[in-house]
Amino acid sequence: MGIESSTVISVRDLSKTFTVPVREAGLKASVRSLLHRQTRDVSAVESVDFEIGAGEVVGFLGPNGAGKTTTLKMLSGLLHPTSGHLTVLGHVPRRREREFLRRITLVMGNRNQLQWDLPALDSFELHRAVYGIRRAEFTVMRDELIELLDLGDLVNKPVRNLSLGERMKVEIADALLHRPGVLFLDEPTLGLDVTMQRRIRSFVAEYNRRYGATVLLTSHYMADVQALCKRVIVIHHGRILFDGDLTALSDRFASHKTITVQFEAAGEIVDLSHLGEASHTGEDIVTLKVARTDVARVTARLLSEYSVADLTIEDPAIDDVIEQVFADGSAEGVG
Amino acid sequence: MTITETAVRPPDALPDESRWRSYKALYVQTGKTSIANNFQYRASNYFYMIGMVVEPVIYLVVWSTIARSHGGSVEGYTPGTFAAYYIVWTLVRNMNIVFTPFGWEWRVKEGQLSGQLLRPVHPIHYDLADFAGMKFVVIVLWLPIAAVLIVAFRPSLSPTVAQSIVFFFAIWGAYLIRSMLLWVLGMVTFWTTRVGALYQAYFMAEMLLSGRLVPMTLMPQWAQDVAWFLPFRWTFGFPITALVGPILTRDLYIGLAMQALWIAIGAGLVAIVWRRGVRRFSAVGG
Repeated sequence: MGIESSTVISVRDLSKTFTVPVREAGLKASVRSLLHRQTRDVSAVESVDFEIGAGEVVGFLGPNGAGKTTTLKMLSGLLHPTSGHLTVLGHVPRRREREFLRRITLVMGNRNQLQWDLPALDSFELHRAVYGIRRAEFTVMRDELIELLDLGDLVNKPVRNLSLGERMKVEIADALLHRPGVLFLDEPTLGLDVTMQRRIRSFVAEYNRRYGATVLLTSHYMADVQALCKRVIVIHHGRILFDGDLTALSDRFASHKTITVQFEAAGEIVDLSHLGEASHTGEDIVTLKVARTDVARVTARLLSEYSVADLTIEDPAIDDVIEQVFADGSAEGVG
Repeated sequence: MTITETAVRPPDALPDESRWRSYKALYVQTGKTSIANNFQYRASNYFYMIGMVVEPVIYLVVWSTIARSHGGSVEGYTPGTFAAYYIVWTLVRNMNIVFTPFGWEWRVKEGQLSGQLLRPVHPIHYDLADFAGMKFVVIVLWLPIAAVLIVAFRPSLSPTVAQSIVFFFAIWGAYLIRSMLLWVLGMVTFWTTRVGALYQAYFMAEMLLSGRLVPMTLMPQWAQDVAWFLPFRWTFGFPITALVGPILTRDLYIGLAMQALWIAIGAGLVAIVWRRGVRRFSAVGG
């Protein structure tokens, strides 16, 4: 730590506004729209600022329609910003220069770029040709990805015969064959079972460790974020609500903590409702939801007034914190 | 915020081959992939081709009947030359199958274009290579169909060496012209979403002014004059006539030159419309 990292992604005052047609339902409205087409501006991203350094893995969180995918598309050059400045690896993404495109990848969990009827190895060869990768380097990288993702014989089967999870693994391998330094991962574990999610998470972590790649990841599965991202950026209604350490997110937004108390005398029903929001989770176990500011006082009272066998204090689950962040909506400033 | 991580610079991309080697690899690999893909669907491809043969066979039967009722020929075309014209037609028609505006509609609607925009090569190279690969499968599948048509209709076909060589280049020239023009038409999708009606208009003009419906020499003189300045006859009538005749040697080379001109015009239009279209696509989202 302590070494100043080079900035890989720099976003300054970035905004994107879409002009969308407006039409009411019904025949009248349909005829009227022939003569007078109405539109309105929808702001998808508003004055967003952040920087990401080399080798960082950052979680990009927000509810549906928050502006995550729009931002990823601008970062990968698919969308032109309405205003603001952004650079990725020193390139302006919207120019889509060859050197830029050879150093990034965008994986979208719901998109398929593989040849459906052919084995994945054929798609890999096509990828080599498209990216102009030299044979020797390509072979090493391909074999490494096959090993890291535990693809084995899957690459010899037609893609249409693979399960969703297997296909996603192959899709990710295909997207990384040119060894991109920046990965934009948009819901890479969408719809996958828990085992496959874990496999993909550990792969992303290993890829980041091995190649020092920068990763910007969106996911609705908080397990992905907790496993991979030290830092998170939370976006809502196109604005950044939080940018900082994942642990700081709880400190800042969680209004309460959970105290779990196990009493020495089994079967003893203890009423703790005067100390917080209490619920019995076992015969002799009570959980208390307590305001953060009251945690020390309540803990002291529990230990002094009751025969406590065990006591734990926990932050709320990160999903609950995120929900709280979205509910609060207009939290002040960037962290 | 200040970033303090241990990695100090992003990794370099894998070293790439020279630009020309890259393009060669792209065309060869995409072509191979296309051949493999199309052989996967050989049965449906075959039925599609058989269905396609119905159209020229109807033209052939009608024109042969007219020729016989006119004492054996119409404007120099005998039943044998009509047979040659429409059998060669079937090959030229298959060479003319390219990525259509309907494909463009699907590509934009399904988000496939986004994937292509992320690649470090212009997507037209992929389409050209993909459909060129398909031609090899088409020609293999076409040979038995052509054999049946030859036995059934006994064509009069005796091309010179020059005609055969020009024909070989002309069918690929036709492929390139049609690819470019339909790409331009397809890119209208960037502005309108639906481009089917425009394609139908193109298709009607092509039908009448290309030599697809009837050899161009049987059309009124004014139609022939107009067609000379349009791209359609260079994608259909010219390649067929180059092989079947009658055609002067000079006209063979003029035809190739006209094809080269239309390829250049098509490439220029693709470059201009693509630049504007992508700007529009990137503004409204994909």
